[in-house]
Order: sequence, then structure tokens, then C-alpha cells
Amino acid sequence: MLEVKNLSIGFRTHAGLKSAVRNIDFTVRPGEIVGLVGESGSGKTITSLGVMGLLPPNAVVTGGEVLVDGVDILKLSAAELRKLRGRHVAMVFQDPMASLDPIFTCGDQIVEAILLHEPIGRANACKKARELLEKVRIPDPDRAMRSYPHELSGGQCQRIMIAMAVACKPRIIIADEPTTALDVTVQKQVLELLRALNKEVGAAVLLITHDLGVIYEVADRVVVMYAGNKMEEATTADLFAAPQNDYSRALIDSMPSPGKYEDRLPVIERDADGNIRSVRPEPKVKASPVPVAIKDETPILELRDLCKSYWVKPSPLSTPVEMRAVDQVSLTIAPRTTLGLVGESGCGKSTLSRVVMRLLEPSAGQILFKGKDIAKLPESQMRPFRRELAMVFQNPYGSLNPRHSVADLVEAPMAIFSDGDSASRQERVRTLIEAVGLPTTAAQKYPHEFSGGQRQRIAIARALALKPSLVICDEAVSALDVSVQAQVLNLLKDLQAEFDLTYLFISHDLSVVEHVSDTVAVMQKGKVVECGTASAIFSNPQEPYTRMLLEAVPTIGTPRCEKEGA
Amino acid sequence: MSASIAGALLLICRKLLTALIQLWVVATLIFSVMYIMPGDPVLLLLGADSNPSPEAIASMRAQLGLDQPAVSQYFVWLWNALHLDFGKSLTNGYPVSNYVMQNLPRTLELAFVAIIIAALVGVPLGVAAALKRGSTRDTVLTSIATLGISVPVYIVGTLLVLVFSLKLGWLPASGYTDIARNVVEHFRKLALPAIALGLGLAASIARMTRSSVLEILGRDFVRALRAKGMSERRIIWQHVLRNAAIPIVTIIGLQLGNLMGGTVLVEAMFNWPGLSTLLVGAVSARNYPLVQGSMLAIAAAFILINLLVELLYSLLDPRIRRKRS
Repeated sequence: MLEVKNLSIGFRTHAGLKSAVRNIDFTVRPGEIVGLVGESGSGKTITSLGVMGLLPPNAVVTGGEVLVDGVDILKLSAAELRKLRGRHVAMVFQDPMASLDPIFTCGDQIVEAILLHEPIGRANACKKARELLEKVRIPDPDRAMRSYPHELSGGQCQRIMIAMAVACKPRIIIADEPTTALDVTVQKQVLELLRALNKEVGAAVLLITHDLGVIYEVADRVVVMYAGNKMEEATTADLFAAPQNDYSRALIDSMPSPGKYEDRLPVIERDADGNIRSVRPEPKVKASPVPVAIKDETPILELRDLCKSYWVKPSPLSTPVEMRAVDQVSLTIAPRTTLGLVGESGCGKSTLSRVVMRLLEPSAGQILFKGKDIAKLPESQMRPFRRELAMVFQNPYGSLNPRHSVADLVEAPMAIFSDGDSASRQERVRTLIEAVGLPTTAAQKYPHEFSGGQRQRIAIARALALKPSLVICDEAVSALDVSVQAQVLNLLKDLQAEFDLTYLFISHDLSVVEHVSDTVAVMQKGKVVECGTASAIFSNPQEPYTRMLLEAVPTIGTPRCEKEGA
Repeated sequence: MSASIAGALLLICRKLLTALIQLWVVATLIFSVMYIMPGDPVLLLLGADSNPSPEAIASMRAQLGLDQPAVSQYFVWLWNALHLDFGKSLTNGYPVSNYVMQNLPRTLELAFVAIIIAALVGVPLGVAAALKRGSTRDTVLTSIATLGISVPVYIVGTLLVLVFSLKLGWLPASGYTDIARNVVEHFRKLALPAIALGLGLAASIARMTRSSVLEILGRDFVRALRAKGMSERRIIWQHVLRNAAIPIVTIIGLQLGNLMGGTVLVEAMFNWPGLSTLLVGAVSARNYPLVQGSMLAIAAAFILINLLVELLYSLLDPRIRRKRS
């Protein structure tokens, strides 16, 4: 049993101790799964690291107790704590690939985990490791034992991590965002596995996540955290039926979920008194009348049998074989509409976007942009089209040069195309910064001074600098928290109306795609398997693959028993 | 399994081929540089002051093959070099290969001992600094490392001689004794030059180790290993250091390669008759065949070391191994 009593954690900074987590209380009983939910910066990960005694060196516990079966681990010596870890308290991390040592085989790493706490000899440990791999239902356990982490998929790596975590039958398992880096279908399998193993081992599981859908699927009770404070603790059913706390309610509201289409997503706001509430912003009204999409207008983008192949050698001596990342894809996007492109990782959706941008050369097929084929254009003739195509990338931390101010970043595309003089460019920078909802003072600041959502706004402002007609958003909101994601999605919709934009919106998240898209294309293994209007795809999917994807999305509102039967 | 062995063989063959091509390019460069350089070896050989007769010059030219067209000279030279025949020394007529074969092992030995000392000192210091990042220990170690990089080898060498041979009298100040004649004396004379070289190199190895270990310590899997309950010591030596090894091995390999021609100062200072000494002597005497021969030997050693380092990469990192094959 895990009891956290009045736990407070602070960070040592130059300005003194900065409190990160305040007076957190909760209990996880054996056999129970307790969800700890909150947005980034809410202190949920710090809490979990505190429970493991793995806090970073600049963090200190300022008060409270963490009782593991009655023993306060905060009072234990480093050596005693080490004996506890892995054997008594195990942890599963967010990024399974990065959490395994890349230069040891997976088998070796599980064996190592076993031998650390149970000196049963290498041969026995190997046998046990193999049994564990069977238990976590990995395909071909013998191969998995011999494989290095990079030779397995993310889902398989997470199974290895789980096998390692349950190796010594721990009493407490802490899972920190265990499925965030995985595809929905894999997420579903991993969650089911966690639940089944928990029933068998009877450990107390603390599941940390930002995804309310995941909580809804597997947790028995939920603790909601916000800005270092516990907001609410309730059973899962109670929380979703009748959230008591304003923040919990707002959080649940801001989550887009399939089958619940709304034009604007509610966002979380704090008023002057610090009260949190959910606000549904009104769409921006455009001054000039909005030109409505006309049916027989030429599409902005039309792909005809587009292919992109790679040549790979299955073994060193064999002849290369063709691997089609994008296989005969045909799509059209009408002006001022959004095409949502969904699919699991590795299905070729990002490759497709790069081919459309001509960042990768297409192998075959046509890319008709406003009726003109740009697939084979030499770079010199491609240049005018580059103005018309813009891209917003997934990671707002990696896609902005940290040494450039926001004004420089947004101005850069205009400077590259020598668009207007310096003064007019500055003017446009100001307009854009305002349009994406950032304060005008933001222009002189640098990317690190902004949060993830604000950075994505900067990236969007930059994408709009040259007044493009097509904006490709590649997982543009995937790295953001639910409420921030809602803000950015609302912004994208506003900007579409304001600047007559057409979006190619790529995402693995079906609920987000449903929310923004007019038409949807589902990709699997390089092919578009189904394509149609958003409402048709989501209410009446034709292909089994689409149906499988939709079913795997953790959804609030589906009765619990239905899923347990599945 | 057989596929991976075939892959490894293929990798080695490909690397060997690249190495041979590199060697050929270097040989060609050495030949052309020597050909273009001002100064006539014939005049040098006959003694320019003695005003040799045109007939004597012509016959000497024919004897050395220098009357042939450049291209045929090149191929003859290359063919001979392939058979380890670099011609004869212009000063005394002994085969160049004898000199190279005699001096190359001495430089190799000095370089290898120096680099082993450097690694034995540098890697633990780097790890120690990384583990206490930002502490006094880190600052002191990093400052010493910076000092070690910036102090020239002849100052370190002089200090070593001053302390260990003049004051303490433990080790001889300079010289060389053949290992076949007296093993103990051989290593006693090797000690000071090797330490003098090694300390400077240890400093840069320590810095590279520190930054590489720091980078790995920040990775997620280190936290996962702690969560498994592994001791800090085992995490460092078994997991972190192996992951951090590639940049460290790279810098060690580069240093070792550079030492092939870069031990001049130390060899001169400690009177160690190695390859650098040979090369410097040959250059100042305009002993062209000897210069070519020793340069080629240095280049070959450098390329070979790089080849070994690259093969070591694939041993250290399975990702490189599988990607190539």
C-alpha cells in the first residue's frame, strides 16, 4: 500500500525555494489503480519521482511522508532505498525506447533487473525473463530477448519495460504517462495488459497521465492536480459524472472526444480572483463577408497516384527491395477547407506531407497545386510555390531557433523572399503576432520565454508570414496539453476564417481530427484506405481499419462494462 | 546469425577497401609534392658546390630513373612502394625501408604507451568531474584539464626531467635502449617521454569524457536504471560509460593518429630515435626518398588506426552495427 501524506516538494533556485507541489495526500491500495491527472507543470511527475526517491538534485522534499507499507521512504538511507526500488516499488516510464539502454539487448536488461534483487543465477534469470516476455504477450519472445531496443517498436519496448517492472512482483507500480508515446491501438493493448497484470500481481498502481480518456478506461480512483495542488479526489465514475471542482470540470470540458462535435472547444481560464472556469470563446467575426467554398472551384491541392519509395536491403547481401512509404495516394483539398489525415505512426503521413512540400522528391505521381503539377518542377521554378505552402511542425521546442527573437523568427520567411521593405515587414510581424493572440511585447522576446502553446502560436505566425494558401500542420497540437490544445485548435479555426486558409491537418489523434476537419483521409501502410467527409467517417466508418482505430480511442461516456468485455 | 557474420565481413571488407584508397591518394600526394618541390636531388647528391659536369648529372639522372617521364616515374615508385621498397637513402645508400622499419615501432610504442597513460588518467578524471557537476571538485578538475591542454609538451617534459631525474634520480633523463638488450632499462627510458606526452592528452580525454558522460547521465534510461534499484557505481561503469564511449574512443583514435607524426618535440627532447626524428632529419637533409618513405609510413599508421577505431564503433554500438549491414 502506498500512502502519500501532506507531501510538499520545492525546487532550489537562485531566488530561493520555489514550491512545486503542495500538501498532496492520497492512498493507493493493493490491487487498485489510481490515476493522477494534470497538465504539464501541475507537479504530477515530480510527485511520482518523490515517491520513488528519484527527485532531481535541485528538488527537495519540504514536508510530508511517503509511506510504502507503513515505512516512510523519505527517511531511508540511499542503500535501503535502492533495495526497495525495483523490488518493492517499480516504475514504467513515458518514452519506452529512451528508457532502455540502447547498447544492451532487451533480454540482458530484464535479466539484469531480476538479478539485482533475486540472486537466482543467470540461467534461471534468463528462463524467468522469457516467461515474463510471454506474460506481457510480446510476439516472438526469443527474438525479443536477443533484440536491441531500436529493433523493436515503441509498443514492444513498453512491454519490455512492463516485464521488467513486474519482474520482482513489486507491491507498488508507478506508471508515468506509459502510453503517451504510443499509437491508440497499441495504447489500448498496453492499458489492457497493465490492468490484467495488476489483477494478477495485486500491486497498487499509480497511473500518471494527462489523458482523461486513459484515466476513464483503467483507473478506479482519480486525483486531479493543478499547479502543484490537489484539486479533487474521487472515484472515476463520480469524477466524470459530477466533477466537484471547477478545474476538473473545465479539464473534462476541454477535451475533444469523438462523436461530440463542437465548433469551438471550451478552454480553461483564470479570472482576476484566481478562480478557474471553462470558457467557450465565440468565433471571431470577420469584417468582410466570408466567401463560401464553391463546389466546382479548382481544388487548392490535388494529389494523383502519388508515390514515395525507399530501397532497403533486408539482409546485407540481398538485392534492395522497394518499400513504399507513400503508395498511390490520391486526395483533393478544396479551398478554405481542412483535410484531416489520420493514421498510426509509420503509416507514411509525415512522409506524404514532406513530399507535398517537396522536401522529399516524389517517386511517381502528380501534385497539382491550384491546377499546376509541381511534382517535377526544378527548385528554381518551385520557389514561387514555396510562398504558398507553409508548415507547422509538431515540436514547438525544436522548430524555433533559440537564438532568434520572435520578431526575427516571424520576419524570416519575408526576408528570404525580400517581401516589402523593413518597415512594412515589421508592421506585418506586429499584425501576425496579434492575430495569433500573443501580446505585442512578445516580439522582442526569445522562444525559451514562452510556454509550449505560446511557442506553437509563434510557429503559426511564422507559417502565415507569406500569406500562404495551404498550411500543413504536422501533429501541430500533439505535444500540447488538452486545454492548450483546445486554444490552439480554436486559433487555427479563427485564422482559417480570417485569412482564407486551407489546412492539411495531420494527426494521430482521431478526436482532434474530427474536431477540425471538413474531410478526412485515413492512412494505413502508405495507402489511403478511406476518405470522406468528417461526419461520414466518424459516424459511419466503412473500413475495418477505421473502425478499429475509432474503437481504440479511450472515450469518456462509454459504459465501463462494455470495455471490460472487449 | 550467418547473415550478421556476412554483414560484419562485408563491413570490414568495405572499410579495408576505403583504407586502401585513402592510402593510394596519400601516396600520390606525397609523390607529387616531392616532384613539384624546388631543389634537384641530383645536384644535391653530386654536391652542387663541386660543379659537376653535365655528363655526370645526366648519368646520375638515368641511374635514379629521373630522366623518365613523370607518369612512368610515378608508376615505378608506386609499384616499388607496394613492395615496401621506397628507394635508397640519398646520403648513404641504405634502403629507406630499413630506416622506416627500425624507427616506426619505436614511435608506435611511445605513442601507444602515452595514449594508455592518457586514457587511464583522463577517463576516471572525466567521470569524477561529471558526477559532481558544478562542485568544487568539478571546477578544480576542469581547470587542471584546461591547464593540461594549454601547457606545451616541452614544458611538461622539462618539469618531469627536473623532478624525476635531476632531483629524485629515479629515471634517466633521455636516451634509448633496445628492448632486446635490456628490458628494464628500455622501459625506464620510455617512462618520462610517454608520461610527458600522455598528460597533455589526458587533459583533452578528461574533458571529452566529462561532457560525454554528462550527456548520457541526462538520458531517460539512466533514471530507469535507478528505478530498477541499481547502484550508482554500477550504472556509471556498466551503462553510462559504455554509452559515452564513442566520442571518447574517437578522440583517443585521433590523438593516436596525430602522435604518429606529432612526437617530434618529445622525441627530440628525450633523444628518442623515432619516426618523427627520422622525418625531420630527412627533410633538412633533402633526403627525398627517406622523406617519402617516412611520410607514407606515418600516413599508413594513421589510416590503420582510424580503421580500427571505426571497427570499434560497431563493436560498441549495436545501432551502428545493424545500420551498416
